[in-house]
Amino acid sequence: MATLRISDIHVGYPRKKVITGLTLPPLISGEVTVLTGPNAAGKSTLLRALAGLLRIKGSIRYEDQELTTLSAQKRATIVSFMPQSVPTDINLSVMEAVISALKASPLDAASSSNEHLHQRAVAVLERIGISHLALEPLSQLSGGQRQLASLARSVVREPNVLLLDEPTSALDLRHQLKVMRLARSFAQDGRIVVMVLHDLNLALRWADQAIVMDKGALVSQGQPTAAITPAVVEQVYGVRVRVENCSLGLPNLIVDGELQQPI
Amino acid sequence: MALDINEIRKGYRQQFIRRIVLLCALGIATLVSFFIDMAVGPSMLDFSQVIRAVFSPDTVELAEKVIVWEVRMPYAIMALLVGACLSLAGCEMQTVMNNAMASPFTLGISAAASFGAALAIVIGLSLPGVGGDWMVVVNAFLFAFGATLLLQLLSSIRGSGPEGLVLFGIALVFLFNAFTGIMQYIATVEALQQFVFWTLGSLSKANWDNIPLLAILFLSTAPFSLASAWQLTALRLGEDSARSFGVPIRRLRFLSLLRISLLTAGAVAFAGIIGFIGLVGPHIAKLLIGEDHRFSLPASILSGALIMSLASILSKSVVTGAIVPVGIVTSLIGVPVFVALILNRKKR
Repeated sequence: MATLRISDIHVGYPRKKVITGLTLPPLISGEVTVLTGPNAAGKSTLLRALAGLLRIKGSIRYEDQELTTLSAQKRATIVSFMPQSVPTDINLSVMEAVISALKASPLDAASSSNEHLHQRAVAVLERIGISHLALEPLSQLSGGQRQLASLARSVVREPNVLLLDEPTSALDLRHQLKVMRLARSFAQDGRIVVMVLHDLNLALRWADQAIVMDKGALVSQGQPTAAITPAVVEQVYGVRVRVENCSLGLPNLIVDGELQQPI
Repeated sequence: MALDINEIRKGYRQQFIRRIVLLCALGIATLVSFFIDMAVGPSMLDFSQVIRAVFSPDTVELAEKVIVWEVRMPYAIMALLVGACLSLAGCEMQTVMNNAMASPFTLGISAAASFGAALAIVIGLSLPGVGGDWMVVVNAFLFAFGATLLLQLLSSIRGSGPEGLVLFGIALVFLFNAFTGIMQYIATVEALQQFVFWTLGSLSKANWDNIPLLAILFLSTAPFSLASAWQLTALRLGEDSARSFGVPIRRLRFLSLLRISLLTAGAVAFAGIIGFIGLVGPHIAKLLIGEDHRFSLPASILSGALIMSLASILSKSVVTGAIVPVGIVTSLIGVPVFVALILNRKKR
C-alpha cells in the first residue's frame, strides 16, 4: 500500500500566507480523499501545492521520494492534476489534447511508441465515456464535456497520485455521479485520489476519507461521517445542519439555515 | 454513439493526412507566389522568362539574368524569410503568452528592435567589439529580447491578465517610439535618411550578403521551435495542466522568448518594421490547421512567408514603375484581414 505523507507544510503567495504548518494523516492508495471546507479555506491551495504548482516549505513524500525536490518531469510521472477551470477557445480535438498530455514530457521507454500512446488515449476516453467526442474540437464541447476531457488528460499518464480540483463543478447530476464513480475506480487501480469538493453529500457518500479545512488549518479528518459532523459544519460554514440517514441507509446532510438567522 | 478504437484511430489519421495536405498546399502556394514575385517589377518579365532565368540561366539574355538573380530573387527570398520569421515568432508568442493578440508588432518588440537599430545608426552605440552592420543586428536583438523579458515580467504580475499584457505592449510601443523620436530629433540628415528605412519597412536592402545571415538565423531557430511543438501544444491547455504533464514552463518560456527575439530582431534588422505579419500569419495558420503545434508552427511559417510574398507583389503593382515600401502594404491589408478574422471567430 503506497502512501502520501504531508508534513509541516507552509504555502502562500507573496503577501499572503494561506497554509502554515499543516500536517495531514497519511493518504493511502486505493482511497478517495475529499478536501472540503468553506471558500478561502486553502483547499485548492493545498491541492496545487501537492501538484507542485506552488512553492512550499515542508515535506510531501510519496513512498520514499520527496516530491518537493523532484523536477517537473519526474514529478509528472507520479502526480497529475486536474485544474478547476480549463481554457475554452482551443482549436484542438479531444484526442489531440489527450495525446499532447502524453507527449508533453517523457514517459517510460516501453510506453513511448505512437501505437501504444494512441491505444492508451482511446482506452482512457472509453473509460470516461467520451470516446464519441474524440475527434471533436475542445472549443465546441459543453462545459461538462470539457471537464470530462480534462479528467481524461489528467488520468492518461497513469499517475500514482491523482489530484482533482472541483471535478464536478460544471457537471449535471448524472455526470457528477459518473465522475465520483470514476474517481473511485481510479483509486481501486491502486492510486491515491485527492479531490476538492464543495458538495458535502457527494463527499459523505463517495469518499473513503474526508478532510475538513478552515482558514488554512485542519479542522477534522477521518471517515466522512466522522469528519463531516453537524458540529464541524456549523463551526466552519456558520450554518445549521442535520445529518440523517435516508431510506437506503445512506447519510444525507440537510441544511436548515444560517446560524445567525432563526428558522 | 460511441466510436470504437479503429474508427477513432482512422479519424485521427485522416485528420493528420488532411493537415499534411494543407501544409503542402500552403507550401505550393508560397512557391508560386515566390515566382510571381520575381516576375513582377518595373521591367516586366514574363513568367516563362523568370523560370528559364532561374533554372537555366545560360538560355536567357544577360540583362534578364542579372535582373532575376541580382535584383528580384534576393528581394523575393527576403520577403519569404522576413514573413516566415515574423509569423513563427508571432505563433510562439501567442502560445507562451496565452494571448491571441500577441505579436512582435502589437506588443512593442518590433518597436524596441527598431530603437536598438536607431541607436546603432544614429549614434553608433552598441556592445564593445561589435562593429559594422552587425551593430544594427546585435542592437536590434538586445532591445527585442529586453522588451520580451519586460513583457514577460509584467505579464507574470498577478492579476494583470491577457488584456493587461496587451496594454503593457501598447505602452512599450509608445515608449520605444518616443525613444526613437529622440534619436530622429538628434540625427544627422544622412542618418535620418537611413533611418526612414526602419520606420517604413522595406525589402530594398535585400542582397546576397544579408540573405544568408537571416536564413542562418531562421534555420538555427525554427528546428528548436518545432522540437518544442508538443510542449507548446500542452501549454495551450493551460499553464497548470502543462506543468502537471511535466512541461518545464520557465525553461520553455525563456527559450521561446529567446527565439522570438532572435527572429524578430533578424527581420527588423534587415527589413525594418513590418506590421501585422506576426499577428495575421499565425491566425490564418490556426484557422486552417488547428492548434496542434506540430502543424500550426510550420503552417505559420508558410502562411507568413506567403502573405509577405503577396504583399511584396502588391507593393510592386500598386504604383506603376515604383515600389511602395512593403511595410505599408502589410499594414494596409493586415488590418482588414485581422478584423475579418476576429469577426469570423466570434460568429463561430
